[in-house]
Amino acid sequence: MPAVSKGDGMRGLAVFISDIRNCKSKEAEIKRINKELANIRSKFKGDKALDGYSKKKYVCKLLFIFLLGHDIDFGHMEAVNLLSSNRYTEKQIGYLFISVLVNSNSELIRLINNAIKNDLASRNPTFMGLALHCIANVGSREMAEAFAGEIPKILVAGDTMDSVKQSAALCLLRLYRTSPDFVPMGDWTSRVVHLLNDQHLGVVTAATSLITTLAQKNPEEFKTSVSLAVSRLSRIVTSASTDLQDYTYYFVPAPWLSVKLLRLLQCYPPPEDAAVRGRLTECLETILNKAQEPPKSKKVQHSNAKNAVLFEAISLIIHHDSEPNLLVRACNQLGQFLQHRETNLRYLALESMCTLASSEFSHEAVKTHIETVINALKTERDVSVRQRAVDLLYAMCDRSNAQQIVAEMLNYLETADYSIREEIVLKVAILAEKYAVDYTWYVDTILNLIRIAGDYVSEEVWYRVIQIVINRDDVQGYAAKTVFEALQAPACHENLVKVGGYILGEFGNLIAGDPRSSPLIQFNLLHSKFHLCSVPTRALLLSTYIKFVNLFPEIKTTIQDVLRSDSQLKNADVELQQRAVEYLRLSTIASTDILATVLEEMPPFPERESSILAKLKKKKGPGTVTDLEEIKKERNSDVNGGTESTPVNASTVSTPSPSADLLGLGAAPLTSSAPPPSSTGSLLVDVFSDSASVVAPLAPGSEDNFARFVCKNNGVLFENQLLQIGLKSEFRQNLGRMFIFYGNKTSTQFLNFTPTLICSDELQSSLNLQTKPVDPTVDGGAQVQQVVNIECISDFMEAPILNIQFRYGGTFQNISVKLPITLNKFFQPTEMASQDFFQRWKQLSNPQQEMQNIFKAKHPMDTEITKAKIIGFGSALLEEVDPNPANFVGAGIIHTKTTQIGCLLRLEPNLQAQMYRLTLRTSKETVSQRLCELLSEQF
Amino acid sequence: MQFMLLFSRQGKLRLQKWYVPLSDKEKKKITRELVQTVLARKPKMCSFLEWRDLKIVYKRYASLYFCCAIEDQDNELITLEIIHRYVELLDKYFGSVCELDIIFNFEKAYFILDEFLLGGEVQETSKKNVLKAIEQADLLQEVSKWYFSCLSNSMLCSG
Repeated sequence: MPAVSKGDGMRGLAVFISDIRNCKSKEAEIKRINKELANIRSKFKGDKALDGYSKKKYVCKLLFIFLLGHDIDFGHMEAVNLLSSNRYTEKQIGYLFISVLVNSNSELIRLINNAIKNDLASRNPTFMGLALHCIANVGSREMAEAFAGEIPKILVAGDTMDSVKQSAALCLLRLYRTSPDFVPMGDWTSRVVHLLNDQHLGVVTAATSLITTLAQKNPEEFKTSVSLAVSRLSRIVTSASTDLQDYTYYFVPAPWLSVKLLRLLQCYPPPEDAAVRGRLTECLETILNKAQEPPKSKKVQHSNAKNAVLFEAISLIIHHDSEPNLLVRACNQLGQFLQHRETNLRYLALESMCTLASSEFSHEAVKTHIETVINALKTERDVSVRQRAVDLLYAMCDRSNAQQIVAEMLNYLETADYSIREEIVLKVAILAEKYAVDYTWYVDTILNLIRIAGDYVSEEVWYRVIQIVINRDDVQGYAAKTVFEALQAPACHENLVKVGGYILGEFGNLIAGDPRSSPLIQFNLLHSKFHLCSVPTRALLLSTYIKFVNLFPEIKTTIQDVLRSDSQLKNADVELQQRAVEYLRLSTIASTDILATVLEEMPPFPERESSILAKLKKKKGPGTVTDLEEIKKERNSDVNGGTESTPVNASTVSTPSPSADLLGLGAAPLTSSAPPPSSTGSLLVDVFSDSASVVAPLAPGSEDNFARFVCKNNGVLFENQLLQIGLKSEFRQNLGRMFIFYGNKTSTQFLNFTPTLICSDELQSSLNLQTKPVDPTVDGGAQVQQVVNIECISDFMEAPILNIQFRYGGTFQNISVKLPITLNKFFQPTEMASQDFFQRWKQLSNPQQEMQNIFKAKHPMDTEITKAKIIGFGSALLEEVDPNPANFVGAGIIHTKTTQIGCLLRLEPNLQAQMYRLTLRTSKETVSQRLCELLSEQF
Repeated sequence: MQFMLLFSRQGKLRLQKWYVPLSDKEKKKITRELVQTVLARKPKMCSFLEWRDLKIVYKRYASLYFCCAIEDQDNELITLEIIHRYVELLDKYFGSVCELDIIFNFEKAYFILDEFLLGGEVQETSKKNVLKAIEQADLLQEVSKWYFSCLSNSMLCSG
């Protein structure tokens, strides 16, 4: 590179750029760049001081190299030197370099800020402009800290040049976006609002952007901007196309400013002042009218600018959602655009109509365009436009058109772009469920989804169809028949095998009467798919097989043969092998009764928000998946209060008691004393916690739920809009283990999620509970599990309380329920003959040993149910013991750590009186009393 | 507006302006991804597309693609006209602007953009006022400009 003399522009730079462009390969380019970097480095380090021009040239070369995508790690100091040059071009290049190659070196930042400060104070408008551009381009917190106080002064000072005002306004906006905390509100804000009246439209344009951004966060402070914006807008839309001179763009008066003003008005509800409101309505009508006028120019710029204003006006109309007349006009205008020859307009019309569909005033008007939208889905050549059409169909769907829309979406799915298939699948699944009147239609739709786009059907979708089929007995037979037919296809999707396997395993019996779908045919059909499936599906099919053993004893041996084959019993996959071994064993040793109990039909799933909806929301971001009903719900929630909110000062004690933590025990005992604080036990908690934990009173229905668990171990203990608590427990002698499942039903995270087990002092001495704390965050749709290890030390009366505290959105949630750990859980059944029973019965004839209760039946008096309950209670059910066959007698032993207590019970129903007499005899008074209490609640 | 990119049909980046703080690595990743996406689109397709949680507005002028990323609330059509106004400004300044003008005078392209857009918002829409600001600055230059338009054979038509 020959030395370049001054005076011919930055010729050296131009030569360098030419050189780079002439490089034939990437390697050659890198070589040339490295040579240049070495040259610049030596110049910067050289003994001879560089003049401003050379510095500018080299800094500019470095900038060019950086913009080519190479790393630059020097030259910042030279660039900073340029800032203090008095030559405009040198200063300008210095600022450009600083803006592009932002550096976090603090010494450098100090120097840069100093240079900026000097330029801001220079009162030279071009220098001030450069400095403000630099601040706006960098926008770092350091700059905000240094200049956020100064810029408002420049902005509102009377003698500031218009161009500087414009830069100052947008500079402040940038700083406010990155560091709002450094931008103090103050007297200047009202003067900024009055810039909307400024004579210079460029100043108004810049100021409107700033005011919009500030008003979003501080609506009260900028409220006066509404009337000013309306009058400004009114003057623009009514002006003749030449009035605004250079601010008219292709015959459209000030389109950028109009859009910005309309945007500003969207920060506020419709104006309260009737005159302002009327004037705004006039403006909006004028804009809508202009859309109908013939174009003043054929140039696309004219129509784009005009329609930009129109679309922004429609956004404002939708935002206000208060003028039915305007909403319907907007809808008609968009309807015209749906068939416009400009792809851009069709795209925007579809997009804008989506929001219009969620307004109750225009929902019906939007629906009239259904045929056009369906047509767009079929004929648009651009996938992004078709995507908009799908969105709009989804938004306009309601009960009246669901069948048509779902059918069209399914149709489109066959040819849809791969990139949008999953989303369409989710949408179809949601609509089919939401608007299903006839659940056979729903089942058909989902099976079609799997057939057409099986790969895009996520787990949520096929789980959901199973949940719905299990919960609705009117559709089970149909579902079994339909999946059976669908499985006949020679190549069916694995997701269909999953759904088919599950449904036939539960409800195959409903179609087994038909010789075309006899048990053996069902089994062979499923098993013919087995080898083509992945491990999880095969595991599911093995469970179907064992369910078949129960449903269809006649094919038990066939199934056992399959389970016994080497490919199952010796399968390399542990899960499959284990299932094969266990199922084979189960089918061999268990009696029909036991099989029937173990393999019973699945209980209904608790109703909850569809997890598919949560998934779609996650995919599209919140706010995009709204529909009319949700919006209505949101509106009502204010009135109804929504979720209960408690002051947040109860930041809650963490679960394990602090003293245990200090000892570093892995599983800290979780029991802490219950309030009231008068008990000495709770003092410790109070001392260590930031604030006393306030335990909520028992949730409504807690007692009923508690009673339901006396005779069973698994199920849903508690459920509200947000949270579901499920239980699964097992007991053996005096020990037990309980799995508590906390399910977040929302799509929002729970924070500080803290479940606490609370036992009174008395209960603590007879029941030992141990658990580990759970993760304090529970993601939306997620479930966390907590294991409680239980030891019964001596017999007890009360039940522990489970208190759950967490933050959901902005509210603090506090829920308490009774945890069903009851004395009867430690029952071991005892079989005995009639003679033994009555002998022991007589031995326990002491009045303290007997407890009797006569009570009215609360449920229908069904013998089988009663038997099941007594067995569920834990005692053995002794047949042919009582001389009266209508009576029930049971026997068992309660195991505690310290002792074992024999228990006998007798239940005498009186069908005529709809009464029961329950008698408990045990060797301990409190045990008799407690068991009698618990069991009396069950009938 | 979050950023603006100018790139050639061959995918070479000619100008990049970022209005949100991002690391160099992120910028490169976004650029790569967007250049690919936009270049893959056919001529008659619509000028808007959804990309991540942003809206992309792009338009091709001769050999150059102008591509802006705006937020959900922003107006697509007016952004399209921001692009056009910028092209008009370049055209007026360079006199029938071509890609080579932007390559050889990249710093000028940045200066003009800064007069027109600041912090991602329109600062001055009047063509006269923007060019007046730039020309004033040019008057302050002690050396005359060195034009490269003569080298060009791919003229940008201003649309």
